[in-house]
Amino acid sequence: MDPSVALFLNALVAGLLIGGFYAAVTVGISISFGILDIVNIAHPAFIILGSYIAYIVNQTFGLDPILTSIIVLPAFYLLGSVVYQIYYVSFEQHGQDALRGLAFFFGLLFVTEVILILVFGVDYRYVQASYIDATYRMGTFAIPMRMLVPCLLSLLMVALLQMFLTRTFLGRAIMAVSQDQLALRLMAVNPVRIKRIAFAISIATASVAGAFLIVIQPVEPSVGREYIGRVFAICVLGGLQSLPGTVIAAMIIGVVESMTSTYYGPSWAPAVSFGFLLITLAFRPAGLLGR
Amino acid sequence: MRTPFFFIIALVVGAAVFGVALWKGGDYTFYAGYVVLQFIVLATAWNILGGYCGYVNFGSAAFFAVGAYCSVALHKFDPTKPLELCLSVWIPFTEIGFRACSTLNVSFLSPIFPLPIPALIVFGGLISGIVGLGMGYLTLRLRGAFFAIATLALAVVLQTMVVNWDYVGGSRGAYIIRPSELTFAGIKLGYIQYLFLIMMLLSVIALTLARLIERSRLGYGFATIRDDELAAEACGVPTLRLKLIATTISGMLMGMAGAPFPYYIGYLEPGTAFGLSYGVNSIAMPMIGGTTSWVGPLVGALIVATLQQWVTVTISSEWGVLIVGLLLIFFVIIAPKGVVGLVQATRRRFKTGEH
Repeated sequence: MDPSVALFLNALVAGLLIGGFYAAVTVGISISFGILDIVNIAHPAFIILGSYIAYIVNQTFGLDPILTSIIVLPAFYLLGSVVYQIYYVSFEQHGQDALRGLAFFFGLLFVTEVILILVFGVDYRYVQASYIDATYRMGTFAIPMRMLVPCLLSLLMVALLQMFLTRTFLGRAIMAVSQDQLALRLMAVNPVRIKRIAFAISIATASVAGAFLIVIQPVEPSVGREYIGRVFAICVLGGLQSLPGTVIAAMIIGVVESMTSTYYGPSWAPAVSFGFLLITLAFRPAGLLGR
Repeated sequence: MRTPFFFIIALVVGAAVFGVALWKGGDYTFYAGYVVLQFIVLATAWNILGGYCGYVNFGSAAFFAVGAYCSVALHKFDPTKPLELCLSVWIPFTEIGFRACSTLNVSFLSPIFPLPIPALIVFGGLISGIVGLGMGYLTLRLRGAFFAIATLALAVVLQTMVVNWDYVGGSRGAYIIRPSELTFAGIKLGYIQYLFLIMMLLSVIALTLARLIERSRLGYGFATIRDDELAAEACGVPTLRLKLIATTISGMLMGMAGAPFPYYIGYLEPGTAFGLSYGVNSIAMPMIGGTTSWVGPLVGALIVATLQQWVTVTISSEWGVLIVGLLLIFFVIIAPKGVVGLVQATRRRFKTGEH
């Protein structure tokens, strides 16, 4: 194969793999921001928290990071409920004070990051698992397992969430909360309870995404910042509410980033998603698949 | 109180603070005081857009850094060498494109270089004002959260550009060598005292401007945007123009606060200039002080920046940042109107005799 074609195809595959992972990172935002209209910019901080929990358990018990993240799902669910309860009591209840809610999450992001720095320092941390160093080779393609495993599992997670949202009563209630709260109340469903459950689920996904993150790359507390723009770019590009849209947008951002770092150098890659976000917001705020 | 009168009083207060610092304090007073004053300017600038118009700007650091990097670029600029202007256009991911260059003799500028700091401030303010205007145009249709996220995105795009801009040092950063002292109208002054004095003047200007805006038609226009943009537009308030004015003024003041920064710190790298702590601080200070009037950012900056300086010295800088974050969360939940709101509520309670 022509080397330039091989380079291109490898960049494409790498982009698709990282895009799958981005879908897992963004799905929480798609639920909290897209469906519930809660601007949880602290989401990346919860992801990093998930990474560090996977790290601690991996270091002390040698447990697989992704398995760990699934075990601690209930804890993250609980954390999400608590955060939503605070948010609801102090902001949402009193009507639309978006400005203060934003500042609240911004503060939360910052506090989480600094606490992680105080506890763990700014060194990069990594985990050990059998598949992290393995690479699957096929001709000129090299597919590292540390990319493939998170990608496939995150697609599985998004598919499960999509099934939950469209097939179950609770899931449909969550979708309904974003459309018509009054109607929900008339059906004797408490919208606050539904929103709390949905927000808790969105935080729970951060646990799994955090484990994927630390499998893919070493993590330090401020890594989360690069993800703020990325996840919102993907979420907006994907049309906010739609999980399939999120997956497609995640793949697009992943591929464009991978192409940029292959052809222009990695130092330009962060600008891609943010640039994409700025352009999308300026010209097509409804997103690619938006109505 | 009339604005010129207010300006003079503020100047007198500023001069008095400077005098006391000269008389009682050492060099450290000026180093710490400079940071506090810088945050007064940043918080006031943020409040013009965030507090008056209700548009949350997470990208304060970007404007600050634009001002700082303008200074770096002008500091590195050598007018004795011909200036090379290049235009290159490339189609992404291909080798197709062109590059055209021409040189310009700029040696006539050499008598005025290196530029004094006030000129750098004007220049930095101009450029970051233009960036603010550009941001306003780009985010015309965005409200609430989308605007906030777009400003965050803008900060990262600008940071990536600076990291890849070799002329100002790229990710390696740039050293600025400043004189240790200078003679000012026959008086010998340490450089840090000079910087302190300039920042003091800048914060007096920023506060006067904020107070002027607050009491003018412009301020009332801003308030209508904050309270109900749709209704304001329906009533014929030119919301679009007002928003652009607000983003421009706010950006300009932030850039002006950033312009002397390279001379203060001596070594500037993108991570410092674009640090998230500027974003957090310039939101936290008005929120903690109170966002509805010019007093809020002043009080907030004085309290938070002083506290932060103290904690940084006694414990560590991480704790300083942590405390700001915690205070921000605490105030937005418990006291949404900030310290100013708390004081007003207490005063009202005393007046009516309730306890």
